[in-house]
Amino acid sequence: MAGLTAPAARLAFRPNWWARIGWVLLAVYVVYAFGRLDFNWPRFLVGLDNGARFIGRMLPPRIAQPDSLLKGLTESLEIAVLASFIGIMLSLPIGLFAARNLMPTWASWPARALIAAARSFHPVIVAIIFVKAVGFGALAGICALVLGSIGFIGKLFAEAIEEISLKQVEAIRATGASFMNVIAFGVMPQVFSRFIGFSTYQLDSNLRNSTMVGIVGAGGIGGTLFSAFQRFDYDFVAAILLAIIAMIMVGEVLATWVRGVFLERGKVDEE
Amino acid sequence: MSTALAVRGLVKEYVRGKRVLDGITLDFAAAGMTAIIGASGTGKSTLLRCVNRLVEPTAGEILFGGRDIAPLKGRELREARREIGMVFQEYNLVERLTVMENLLSGRLGYVPAHKAWLRRFPQQDIDRAFDLLDQVGLTGFANQRADALSGGQRQRVGIARAVMQNPKLLLADEPTSSLDPRTSVEIMELLCEVGRRHAIPVIVNMHDVDLARRFAERIIGMSGGKVVFDATAAELNDDELKKIYGGASWLA
Repeated sequence: MAGLTAPAARLAFRPNWWARIGWVLLAVYVVYAFGRLDFNWPRFLVGLDNGARFIGRMLPPRIAQPDSLLKGLTESLEIAVLASFIGIMLSLPIGLFAARNLMPTWASWPARALIAAARSFHPVIVAIIFVKAVGFGALAGICALVLGSIGFIGKLFAEAIEEISLKQVEAIRATGASFMNVIAFGVMPQVFSRFIGFSTYQLDSNLRNSTMVGIVGAGGIGGTLFSAFQRFDYDFVAAILLAIIAMIMVGEVLATWVRGVFLERGKVDEE
Repeated sequence: MSTALAVRGLVKEYVRGKRVLDGITLDFAAAGMTAIIGASGTGKSTLLRCVNRLVEPTAGEILFGGRDIAPLKGRELREARREIGMVFQEYNLVERLTVMENLLSGRLGYVPAHKAWLRRFPQQDIDRAFDLLDQVGLTGFANQRADALSGGQRQRVGIARAVMQNPKLLLADEPTSSLDPRTSVEIMELLCEVGRRHAIPVIVNMHDVDLARRFAERIIGMSGGKVVFDATAAELNDDELKKIYGGASWLA
């Protein structure tokens, strides 16, 4: 072969024509989409002007209705905590059932379908559905966020279980341990710290989402925020937004503390 | 001497038609150490794992404790398993649990789930675990996490965990293959001592022929899923080794 003609340079990597075509198509589509939408510099400048006026009306923040602010905040907090608690409790067994390395297909398939269904919609859409189903108020918000938590934690938990070392599980099985005992000593120790991480993250995310489900009438501070917007009470809107930021920050600190407590506990013996 | 374990016509096919174990029949006396040697992939591990049913045998009988445990399921299978201790090549400790928790996991066949989740083990098990830690030379290690130990220490915990079961039979799947030569000898000594002290048979898979000769009274050689040698350690000569491993150039 070599020697007949000048040896062609050998390629270390095969050209991937599909990937190249894909990049070109993406570039073409981005240009097309720019042209379709009213997305250009003059339009942006007009918007900035409007934004400056809006921010002007927000300052200084004013707590117009302290009662409704406080009630909204506590309700949001309650929604977030309850939804996280119920959601995490339900995610544990669902995630376990969904783990394909421990469960037979007849168990993992329905659990995975349930998780996929819970993940398909944004919490707002789920909240709208629950408002229609169970009526206005916190119950709808809790239901919506429970479903969201199952989708998130259930999936991550199942994936964490699928990554564990089966050697450790095998050793526990070899002692004659029952299924629940294998879970307690062979599986949980391997996934516990990650599970605490997922759970605190979900609590954090539920806190944020609980401030929003109120916009569609599912309880919490979102309702107060939305009506303030509709009344053009922008100074009150600013106060509500600041209150939400404060709540999220407190939640963050709390989540870090919970992580610290549990992950420390993982090392301490029972005595 | 009476028979503690008998395997009759044991067959295992992971893939239909491909026999990893091809009709193994063996009797194991009620005490003493037996070494199983053979090239990688001849089914030594599979044989041990069939005995405690971590691997499902395709056909054959496993007579243990006066009955055939090959067809057992559910509770009966778990009750048979808890009488069989197992030691693994890579120790298979639960890494994130403490040494004490790993030892107590040897009692999981006897502790109901709600107590296991709450880590409520009977005091006598806890006392026993501390005694065993002393016996295997790990006094004071109870609260260390398993992943903080060295290989030799881990294998000691692995052996202690198996002994916690009060087993009537001890299986060891290449217990020294991940260890240095000196630690290997110490681990083999420990396995021998456990067998003597509890008067139970010990069956060890191993690659180190010299170690097998030194510690085992009986040596079984496997090749291609079949037993090709089964005699005392003294009878294992170079001809027999060629039969077990094939070829001759590796024999110095």
